[in-house]
Amino acid sequence: MSGNRPEHIAPPEVFYNATEAHKYSNNSRIQNIQAEMTYRCLELLDLPPSDEDEDIARPSYLLDIGAGSGLSGEILTEEGHEWVGMDVSGGMLEVALEREVEGDLFLADIGQGIPFRAGAFDGAISVSVLQWLCNADSTSHSPAQRLLRFFTDLFGCLSKGSRAVFQFYPESDEQVTFIMNYATKAGFGGGLCVDYPNSSKKKKFYLILFAGQPAVGAKPQVVPQGLGVEGSDRVAYEKKRERTKTRSGKRKNVKDVDWILKKKELYRARGKADVPRDSKYTARSRKARF
Amino acid sequence: MVRLITQNLLSCPSKVCAYPTNFPLSFRNVERLEMVEAEFNPGFVRGFLRKLEWDALRKSAGELGNTDLPEQAPDYTKPDEVSEELLRTIHHVLLEIVVQDGQMVCPQCEHVFQIKDSIPNMLLAEHEIRK
Ligand SMILES: [Zn+2]
Repeated sequence: MSGNRPEHIAPPEVFYNATEAHKYSNNSRIQNIQAEMTYRCLELLDLPPSDEDEDIARPSYLLDIGAGSGLSGEILTEEGHEWVGMDVSGGMLEVALEREVEGDLFLADIGQGIPFRAGAFDGAISVSVLQWLCNADSTSHSPAQRLLRFFTDLFGCLSKGSRAVFQFYPESDEQVTFIMNYATKAGFGGGLCVDYPNSSKKKKFYLILFAGQPAVGAKPQVVPQGLGVEGSDRVAYEKKRERTKTRSGKRKNVKDVDWILKKKELYRARGKADVPRDSKYTARSRKARF
Repeated sequence: MVRLITQNLLSCPSKVCAYPTNFPLSFRNVERLEMVEAEFNPGFVRGFLRKLEWDALRKSAGELGNTDLPEQAPDYTKPDEVSEELLRTIHHVLLEIVVQDGQMVCPQCEHVFQIKDSIPNMLLAEHEIRK
């Protein structure tokens, strides 16, 4: 297992070059798992309810850490949120552009810090990224420095009482302790939520971090129990899952690379030159300024 | 995309800089700007008012050719009293103006962050990274 870990091979901006980025984003099995994990991250984010309907999360401004090809961002948009995505892989961001995602993308290294003002975000999610911070690095900075900078800035740019939820693939208990140590140093509370701990196939790790406790009188932040575990929380949680699923009626199919390629062929057939660069906003009405 | 909703929350990450003198990043050499229609959600805009730095938003919008925002900031402590007309104006400024190609420049250290195909490059040089 550990021999196959991509984060051991090269840093993400090197590993996810254009070819790998397309391969990764084109794999429908990976896409389905990523989508499922994004929905779970959103659920664990536990955003406050909207004014109109308490079963629907309030439209929020979220940070997608390691936004990659934009798959998770598409789900955030679909659920009514605005978002900012940071990724260090230009190849991955290129795929996100081809998908015409609606968030604000940044080419940035989260290990260098997060350049946003205090309280900017109502929450943060991250799918399959955190383990990268513990490993290969193109700079001379140690994983410890990078983690501390990352968590310190993240704590600062999250609004008080909000959460960050990371789905990740920890290598070992020691690595979880290592990560949690720096999150705590940065001011976060929280802990690990493991879904289906007894299933080798379905087992998933979520690190849930609290950016401070909410105002006095509000319910305190508690790490929920994972799915597929015996316990009192489970029934309530499953119920909530049922409800959140109905938010947009049916889950849309996420646009896959096949879809993009088909679309590109269509454009080429219509004689549009420079397709990948100029097709970004064709799905929306727009007018050019200059 | 670089929209003003995000640029108004962004500050220069270089270690030689600190808030508030590293904010807002100025737009320069904007070569491609697009208008993208976004669904108007008054509740979202109302809730966002408290996060905005109004003077910075007016300045940055001006750099992109938009002078629709009034000088007086809306009272974010009374979001329900902000008129729908003003909310629509803010909505447009925050979410519908997209910088495709250009630069953002730090007012403190003058680091130039290139925006290419709507994506700014925020990567720092080694000497700019905080220890
Ligand atoms: Zn600066």
